[in-house]
Amino acid sequence: MIVAIASGKGGTGKTTVAVNLALSLPGDLQLLDCDVEAPNVHLFLRAELVGSEVAGIPVPVVDVDLCNQCGECSRLCQYNAIAVLGNGVMVFPELCHGCGGCALVCPEEAITEVMRPIGEVEELQAGSVRLVQGRLNVGEALVPPLIREVRARSRDEGVVLIDAPPGTSCSMIAAVRGSDFVILVTEPTPFGLNDLALAVETVRTLGIPFGVVVNRAGSGDDRVPEYCAAEGINVLLEIPDDRRIAEAYARGLTLVDAIPDIRPFFASLAARIETMAAIGPGTRAEEGHVRVCQ
Amino acid sequence: MKVVVSSISGSLDSQVDPRFGRAAMFVLVDTETGETQSIDNSAGSNAAQGAGIQAAETVSQLGAECLITGHCGPKAFRALQAAGVKIYTGASGTIEEALAQFRSGNLQLSTAPDVGGHWA
Repeated sequence: MIVAIASGKGGTGKTTVAVNLALSLPGDLQLLDCDVEAPNVHLFLRAELVGSEVAGIPVPVVDVDLCNQCGECSRLCQYNAIAVLGNGVMVFPELCHGCGGCALVCPEEAITEVMRPIGEVEELQAGSVRLVQGRLNVGEALVPPLIREVRARSRDEGVVLIDAPPGTSCSMIAAVRGSDFVILVTEPTPFGLNDLALAVETVRTLGIPFGVVVNRAGSGDDRVPEYCAAEGINVLLEIPDDRRIAEAYARGLTLVDAIPDIRPFFASLAARIETMAAIGPGTRAEEGHVRVCQ
Repeated sequence: MKVVVSSISGSLDSQVDPRFGRAAMFVLVDTETGETQSIDNSAGSNAAQGAGIQAAETVSQLGAECLITGHCGPKAFRALQAAGVKIYTGASGTIEEALAQFRSGNLQLSTAPDVGGHWA
């Protein structure tokens, strides 16, 4: 079973939920840190590095002797990464999304592809948790290809937890798509509610069953629980606004270690997810097409 | 000589569009015959990224030797240089006024991009 932990708003507690859920589940499991612009699961798990690989995307290289400047490649490219200029053709690798279309349409077969590194995929082990994380190169804008590389390294066995990047853009969709259940973590603030509603719309469009975890419950106002009730969304867990939690987090401690009486709540969360994932998307879930960029 | 000016609309009395890649239109002027042609740049102005590159390709295809615009970023600059187009930035006012500035030598030939890229 694949469970993605996502949120509209950043900083709501995705990693907190992912790490503590992982430590509350019995047996071996895999945790994929798909927040490749700021992977931080490893800070809490103190995992041992097992191995790392450079990940990249294919970008075009043009053989100037074969190119006749016909412009087919440039007309195809939606990202303006290749342009016919004067008597030559110019490639902008940093704009290329690696679709390979230019090489396919080139009538002169003048285009070959080389790998442009965009980051690293690391495999780590912390006790019973196999952690796979992506680390995007600084300054790199292309996030989804690296997320797909991280997900490609998950093994088709047992429970797989995915710590998704915040937001509702391509990178969040790349992390969440194909999972069996999504936990949307939010906070009871106007920003939390606004971004939760966007994330709910996204996950419904993807047709994945989901539920909500409210973090810092008791702070803010009542609009998040009211919204969930009105929309028929299950609130799976409320994590209280407790100073002990903030202190543990600031020290890089997990909640289940620092506050042992919290462990049963995460264990019950796991049980509820299993039941809900088995039922499938509710009647409110809408099937639909989502435009996903590379 | 063929000159392209980035423009808000298609006529000679329209204002210069200070943006190059995301200019609304381009006006192609043949300085010998006085002939003009306006070219829509909605594909460039709506591009998700690489608007300057796409605009440079348009200018190159028009066979222009010179570009007159407000500003030119790093990717557009590289693309225009590869196409052998001379870049004059800092133009303002109407297209006619910009052409007058160009003819009188009051526009500086660019040797480097004058603004940063608008990263998509």
